[in-house]
Amino acid sequence: MSIASPSPIAIPIPVRIPLREVLPWAVFIGVLAVVLLYFVGAEQGATSLVSGHYVHEFVHDGRHLLGFPCH
Amino acid sequence: MMRTLLVRGMLAGLAAGVLALVFTWLLGEPLVGSAIDFESAEAAAAGEAAEPELVSRGVQSTLGLATGVLLYAIAFGGLFALAFAIAYGRLGRISARSTSLLLALAGYLSAFVVPFLKYPANPPSVGNPDTIGERTGAYFLMVVLSIGLAVAATYLGRRLLPGLGAWNAALVAVLAFVVAVVVVQLLLPAINEVPKEFPAALLWNFRVVSLGTQLVMWATIGLLFGALVQRKLRTESQLTAQPV
Repeated sequence: MSIASPSPIAIPIPVRIPLREVLPWAVFIGVLAVVLLYFVGAEQGATSLVSGHYVHEFVHDGRHLLGFPCH
Repeated sequence: MMRTLLVRGMLAGLAAGVLALVFTWLLGEPLVGSAIDFESAEAAAAGEAAEPELVSRGVQSTLGLATGVLLYAIAFGGLFALAFAIAYGRLGRISARSTSLLLALAGYLSAFVVPFLKYPANPPSVGNPDTIGERTGAYFLMVVLSIGLAVAATYLGRRLLPGLGAWNAALVAVLAFVVAVVVVQLLLPAINEVPKEFPAALLWNFRVVSLGTQLVMWATIGLLFGALVQRKLRTESQLTAQPV
């Protein structure tokens, strides 16, 4: 790589990432993150996918301190 | 590029989770303990038998807390990287580092502080188990509306930019966000289930620690992610600006 001289501009013009490149990642990671947040924040509270109370009791303190409704 | 951003986003999230965990374990756990003591004393006074412990307090306050906080922070680290990928280069001529910090501030306010103003965090023994469905629904609706309104306000600011200039466009966008949030918060149902005898100082301290925990997390994500991507994005911009 040979760059003739480094740009003197302090802030170069930011290069946008094309939205069509972001979109598939956004959908996949978005879904994954929502599922993760659901299990940390709400499972076995108002709705229950896994029976029992173990998930709720295990992350109990985190739910309270992170601001989710609990009990 | 997306791979790089995502990996660094989740790394920043993990580091932020560790710091938030230390903060909340040191400052928040003693308060959770006090609230549970209050709950047990009330139950004993009412002549109710103690509930059997499915997960011991020792596990809840260490392993359980760590699992919850770390997963939460990593998830937000990943979402943050995606939001950054969309925001970078589209919020005016600001560096990657500044974009990251600005985005973290927006995330802290819209994903946590605004919903918190309507439905604040509560320690154990505050909250009626019978209304958990209603409270959960209202809380998540508030979060979704708050984030949605923040995105809409940003879009509005961008649309107003050519006519009003950066400063005034940003002011109008923020004002529109505040007005919309106030309207939404007035429309959503009020919930107050604090027991009469619950210590006010304990409730206040718990809520402050909750705000602090999130502040530690968002500040770390914003600063660390910015530092991690600044160099790479700057080099890329220069390469594009100066075709060899």
